[in-house]
Amino acid sequence: MAAVTLLSTRAVSKTYGGLKAVQNVDFILPKGEIRALIGPNGAGKTTFVSMLCGRIPVTSGVIEFEGTDVTALPDHKRISLGIAYTFQITSIFANLTVYENVALAVQRHHVGSDKNLKIQTKIALARVGLHPFSDQTAGDLAYGHQRLLEIAMGLGQTPKLLILDEPTQGLSDGEIDAFKTLIRDVAQTTTVLLIEHNIDVVMSLADQITVLNFGEIIAEGTPAQIHANAAVQTAYLGGDDA
Amino acid sequence: MRKSIALHLGLIALLIVLQFVLPAYHHGNMARIMVMATYAMGYNIMFGYTGLLSLGHAMFFAAGLYGMGLSVQFLGMGVGPAFGMGLFASLTLSLVVGLLALRTLGVAFMIVTLMFSQTIFLVILYFNPYTRGDEGFVIQQSVRHIFGLDLSDPTIRYFAALVLFSTVLIGTLKLVQSNIGRVFIAIRENEPRAKMLGYDTWRHKLLSVVLSGTVSGAAGASYGILFGYVGASFAQVPYSIFPLLWVLLGGAGTVIGPFIGTLFMFYLIDLSSTVTDAYMLVVGVVLVLLTMFARNGLIGIVRERWAKWLP
Ligand SMILES: Nc1ncnc2c1ncn2[C@@H]1O[C@H](COP(=O)(O)OP(=O)(O)OP(=O)(O)O)[C@@H](O)[C@H]1O
Ligand SMILES: [Mg+2]
Repeated sequence: MAAVTLLSTRAVSKTYGGLKAVQNVDFILPKGEIRALIGPNGAGKTTFVSMLCGRIPVTSGVIEFEGTDVTALPDHKRISLGIAYTFQITSIFANLTVYENVALAVQRHHVGSDKNLKIQTKIALARVGLHPFSDQTAGDLAYGHQRLLEIAMGLGQTPKLLILDEPTQGLSDGEIDAFKTLIRDVAQTTTVLLIEHNIDVVMSLADQITVLNFGEIIAEGTPAQIHANAAVQTAYLGGDDA
Repeated sequence: MRKSIALHLGLIALLIVLQFVLPAYHHGNMARIMVMATYAMGYNIMFGYTGLLSLGHAMFFAAGLYGMGLSVQFLGMGVGPAFGMGLFASLTLSLVVGLLALRTLGVAFMIVTLMFSQTIFLVILYFNPYTRGDEGFVIQQSVRHIFGLDLSDPTIRYFAALVLFSTVLIGTLKLVQSNIGRVFIAIRENEPRAKMLGYDTWRHKLLSVVLSGTVSGAAGASYGILFGYVGASFAQVPYSIFPLLWVLLGGAGTVIGPFIGTLFMFYLIDLSSTVTDAYMLVVGVVLVLLTMFARNGLIGIVRERWAKWLP
């Protein structure tokens, strides 16, 4: 069964001054997959996905989404093609209510009545369990709940590709379990690219894992393959303080 | 949502009642305040809701004022069509200024708007033979008629100002509760995030500038028609600063705030100038107090403490 490619990159690089944050990355993401992107701190994961969603421009290389070259498209246009990005460093509308935050995510692509907008917004909130907090000011939420709000804003966009940048950071064990269930459910209809440090989450969710180190892909494969990969072991043991 | 409609319709109803009960002096003031509050509401769309601080709004007010005034003076238009010319002038100017100034951000944006506004002021002076620059010109009472109504008559003038004010008040209310208004607010709060939700924030900002400039121009054109005077003083720096002060005092990003701020500032200056010549000092002190104790303005405080639903 030849999988349909949703997103691919060819020789994508990003240089900051002399620092090669991402180098020559060739990456193929088939539709329907849950792909985990892992690697030590500073490996270039956030930089890489930021280029995918258009938040930062590439230094060189080509990005294709659904077969069209989107490398030169401005961020908002790329997002409206169906890419959603949830920030590693929480970026919500802190002074607005939780409801307004998600309504903003829903309304851009939303067609239909205001009533329907409300319903869609409430559904997205309920999926992450934030519906009891609808009318609270988003900035007043606990950190973990702000992370969930980020996810709800991602879901609210009903994207084709959902990019989650360390979504479980700051979540409790119970919330992490709920998150895993949620992502399995989301993956029925959406391709998921997940940056994650929690190795248990990665192992239990990912169909495939891509490992980045010093801006380069050093391994790619199923969770079992990655688990057994020597290069990955060294990258983590050699480059990590844990 | 329903509470907010009731509040704003209530304000309009109150202003109708005041027409019949206010003594002549305050009656005249109130007509002027309603026109200036309209100017402030226009300013508020950009500053209060979209987070774009302009220091040059006088140019939009003046574009409306002169667009109307020159059309009466040199094209022999009635005040109705001339009002349309004023709107057109301010709309065009705000589109051009928006296209150019929105290439800059923050402080640079403030300075660019200030410079554009100074340029407009100098242009008005340069064409002195037509604009009568510094001393200005009068819109003759004989011209200030619409639908057979004499707009220089205090009662009719009051109602004309009220129509303008109410239209913009309800229009602003609808705008900020609409999807577009929600995006304006999102840009004010966190523009990078708004982009990452797929919004073309540049276009929304341009729309905000054009709406803001055009409403300001409508206020300018109305001022000329209702009070019969067109002059370059309205294009000067103080008239760019006033709407900022009114909006800050009343509450930026609230629908009713600009009116409250204009009302307070007007009577503050009015009362203090009977006591001292240094009324600008009083204004300064109020501003300092404001930034120290009431950053969100009068209505901003009400919203924080008692009425979170206030739009
Ligand atoms: N704006 C920037 N300017 C300069 N250097 C940057 C910038 N952004 C990232 N870097 C550098 O690029 C490298 C990759 O950073 P990136 O944030 O992509 O790593 P990461 O894999 O997401 O790390 P983490 O797991 O800590 O989130 C790091 O060395 C970082 O210091
Ligand atoms: Mg990162």
